Amino acid sequence: MAALGVAAAGLSWFSALAIGVTLLKCLLIPTYHSTDFEVHRNWLAITHTLPISQWYYEATSEWTLDYPPFFAWFEYVLSHAAKYFDQEMLNVHNLNYSSPRTLLFQRLSVIFTDALFVYAVHECCKCIDGKKTSKELTEKPKFILSVLLLWNFGLLIVDRILDILYAVFLLTLKRHMEGAFLFAVLLHFKHIYLYVAPAYGIYLLRSYCFTASKPDGAVRWSSFSLVRVISLGLIVVLVSALSLGPFIALNQLPQVLSRLFPFKRGLCHAYWAPNFWALYNAVDKVLSVVGLELKLLDPNQLPRASMTSGLVQQFQHAVLPSVTPLATLFCTLVAILPSVFCLWFKPQGPRGFLRCLVLCALSSFMFGWHVHEKAILLAILPMSLLSVEKAGDASIFLILTTTGHYSLFPLLFTAPELPIKILLMLLFTIYSISSLKTLFRKEKPLFNWMETFYLLGLGPLEVCCEFIFPLTSWKVKFPFLPLLLTSVYCALGIAYAWLRLYVSVVTGCLVSKTKKQ
Amino acid sequence: MEKWPWMTIVVLIGLTARWTVSLNSYSGIGKPPMFGDYEAQRHWQEITFNLPVKQWYFNSSDNNLQYWGLDYPPLTAYHSLLCAYVAEFINPDWIALHTSRGYESQAHKLFMRATVLIADLLTYIPAVVLYCCCLKEISTKKKIANALCILLYPGLILIDYGHFHNIYNSVSLGFALWGILGVSCDWDLLGSLAFCLALNYKQMELYHSLPFFCFLLGKCLKKGLKGKGFGLLLKLACTVLASFLLCWLPFLTEGEQVWQVLRRLFPVDRGLFEDKVANIWCSVNIFLKIKDILSHHIQVAISFCFTFLSLLPACIKLTLQPSPKGFRYTLLTLKIILNVPVCLVLNEIPFMSTWFLLVSTFSMLPLLLKDGLLMPSVVTVMSFFTACATFFPILEKISEEELQLKSFSISVRKYLPWFTFLPRIIQYLYLSSVVSMVLLTLMTVTLDPPKKLPDLFPVLVCFVSCMNFLFFWVYFNIIIIWDSKIGRNGKKIN
Repeated sequence: MAALGVAAAGLSWFSALAIGVTLLKCLLIPTYHSTDFEVHRNWLAITHTLPISQWYYEATSEWTLDYPPFFAWFEYVLSHAAKYFDQEMLNVHNLNYSSPRTLLFQRLSVIFTDALFVYAVHECCKCIDGKKTSKELTEKPKFILSVLLLWNFGLLIVDRILDILYAVFLLTLKRHMEGAFLFAVLLHFKHIYLYVAPAYGIYLLRSYCFTASKPDGAVRWSSFSLVRVISLGLIVVLVSALSLGPFIALNQLPQVLSRLFPFKRGLCHAYWAPNFWALYNAVDKVLSVVGLELKLLDPNQLPRASMTSGLVQQFQHAVLPSVTPLATLFCTLVAILPSVFCLWFKPQGPRGFLRCLVLCALSSFMFGWHVHEKAILLAILPMSLLSVEKAGDASIFLILTTTGHYSLFPLLFTAPELPIKILLMLLFTIYSISSLKTLFRKEKPLFNWMETFYLLGLGPLEVCCEFIFPLTSWKVKFPFLPLLLTSVYCALGIAYAWLRLYVSVVTGCLVSKTKKQ
Repeated sequence: MEKWPWMTIVVLIGLTARWTVSLNSYSGIGKPPMFGDYEAQRHWQEITFNLPVKQWYFNSSDNNLQYWGLDYPPLTAYHSLLCAYVAEFINPDWIALHTSRGYESQAHKLFMRATVLIADLLTYIPAVVLYCCCLKEISTKKKIANALCILLYPGLILIDYGHFHNIYNSVSLGFALWGILGVSCDWDLLGSLAFCLALNYKQMELYHSLPFFCFLLGKCLKKGLKGKGFGLLLKLACTVLASFLLCWLPFLTEGEQVWQVLRRLFPVDRGLFEDKVANIWCSVNIFLKIKDILSHHIQVAISFCFTFLSLLPACIKLTLQPSPKGFRYTLLTLKIILNVPVCLVLNEIPFMSTWFLLVSTFSMLPLLLKDGLLMPSVVTVMSFFTACATFFPILEKISEEELQLKSFSISVRKYLPWFTFLPRIIQYLYLSSVVSMVLLTLMTVTLDPPKKLPDLFPVLVCFVSCMNFLFFWVYFNIIIIWDSKIGRNGKKIN
């Protein structure tokens, strides 16, 4: 019997949670796979069969390699395992090839790499100290955080490999050198983490390179440590060299960069990510319709391609000024500046860094060029860490996460998956709201009436878009309408969460500044 | 710890498990001319929608009974009719008379799966939730853990959503569960009404009827046949009669109708066992070719006698000393595969219940493999085991007290003072059972059977399961018979 027993008193709760979510992912194996499936198959094929010099030039498939070199190497390693499952998937010309074994391989590879994620979550939870430790396990912040991270709805339905590294990076908050190394590696896996690079850079500079601060928290310039700066710089340069070196040697750097940052794609994805530009587009559309009705605009002067046709192209706005990539960059920089300043002038250790991180991720999401709605997960995951500590953060987290997860619904649009996404969304939402409410029950309620109303409005919105709309005549005339509504409604929620977080960070910063004076 | 958010979460997890399992293939997919049980269900909707009631159970040019004729009681037929109305609204092609045979499409598959899920949600799941909430003397956390483990029972999920053979088992089991709940909580009339509905839904519930009858009879006797007891007996009889009348109303106009339905429900022409079902007959057949020795009628008679006899000790005790606990344990002594009542005693004897439920799922292995359900089976069994291992102490050392064998051991020790090693024997048995199950699973999946014995693995599975079931039968009977009358600190409903 002792041989069978895992650890004397039955299964520990963390193992049970981890095993549970892994089994759930196994059950989800036969579900619909998005175009990501074909993307990864193509990349496996490219890295396996072609020499390095061809990787960033190969264009047989529309899904060209547009992640940095480390990811390409990762796919290369995976491809060696893939050939035991189905040799055919590694043929570059087998576009849209999919067999049961291919599907199995892809899903299993995600599940295996998630083991690292489980480890990272485990480490994260060790950092959370439960100040208000209650006896009930389910009310411990550790438990709540584990569930929020492991059973995150977004991670379940979006086949993301390698958000694990992100989590691993999160837990090295106290260990700066390792963190810098991991972040550099991460950047060369997915350049999307450039969104949060400013926050991390400033944090490292401020907390690590200046070895001490004045008692009131301001910068002590004399404590600047050149050694540390140089060591950090060396790490970053080394990692970059390892990654981009071969391509620089082959004189392919411009090509690689053009693949990594494809500005030829439009301002918005086919389905608008719920950011500021979605609202901008919506206002533009409304104004153009109103203008046409009131005969203020000439129909012939309006640009042909409409943003609502659902295709990814470049087009122009009708009424409001068109947006260029440079404009979005400018807006993003302006948006992250206040938070970075706060981080510089009043670093509050890892917590302050996490806040700034979330703000950077959210600001980039709000104003970035061709943002994919999956990017909201970049903000949701670190926010989970903050949510179990303060009631205000918990409230912002709940709005952000519920709205963000709902905005992922259009990614799973097939009928068999409809019950799954509704069930899982309900599962996560009910759990997160009830557990955080219980955790902070001694403080004021988490939501005011406006927020409650907004969140409850997601239900009718879903019913209208998925059940009622297909039965109406508008389905033919305005096929894009449900996506538009979802996008705009979620954009409002996410913008609101962003503003609230900003207000809380800035007031926190100013308050301590005034106290100082 | 708040109950309702957690109960909702548990129900959502159960629903998710069910729906994801249903995304796999089903029995008889793409296999003309007969297809499988999926086609049977679709055919019943076609028949009940297009033909008048009088023709449902009769052979006619429109209704060929050889092609999946109706062989369940009227309530199933009414349910099929209801589903047919919905199907007609969505797509009449699904149930068009004659032309819809073998209809297979993605949309139709979704529709059928959805009907199972909704039926489950309306009958079985509320019964489970209510049952767990009514358990006394245990904490909220344990109640919710109980509900989770019951809802994750792999056997029911795999049969109803994966294999699709005899679907809507959850409906009849749900009604039966309502019946058990009612009768245990002293709402006898409602309980018996619910059980009659279960009986009229699937005739398999007849197995459960004997314990029900004995328990209720025992209650009446306890109250005294001259006073309240007789009144109760009368009321129960009326309830049963009324519910049967209601269900069979359209068929009562002609005597021939009733006989025909009964003939369809109990086909005595079929043999004793089909498809290597894990029961005694299959196992005995390995050694003694019963099928060849005895004729059909004698086989049926023997099986009926044996079933009756196996229930006898428990039922006698139940009649003489009716108690909810005895009632529940008597239900367990029945050797039917989908023995959901075992879930009811999860929190009392978690170790044995988990073991039993794992064996019952294992016994269906050949069936599941035939339908390509290996992955869902493994995953659901593992999740069930994980859930039980987390919430109940099944991986620790167990004592006699926990196995509810204390009184039995004490009685034995009066004659054999050294009889103290019972828990250890049971643990070794458990170990060997689990090892044999895992080994057989691996062998069935990876190896090919030798040419001379093509059915080697299913038969072995059946044999091992049967040995396990026999052991459980003995165990549960011991518990019932040695259940002492003196008040225990047992965790019962009443």
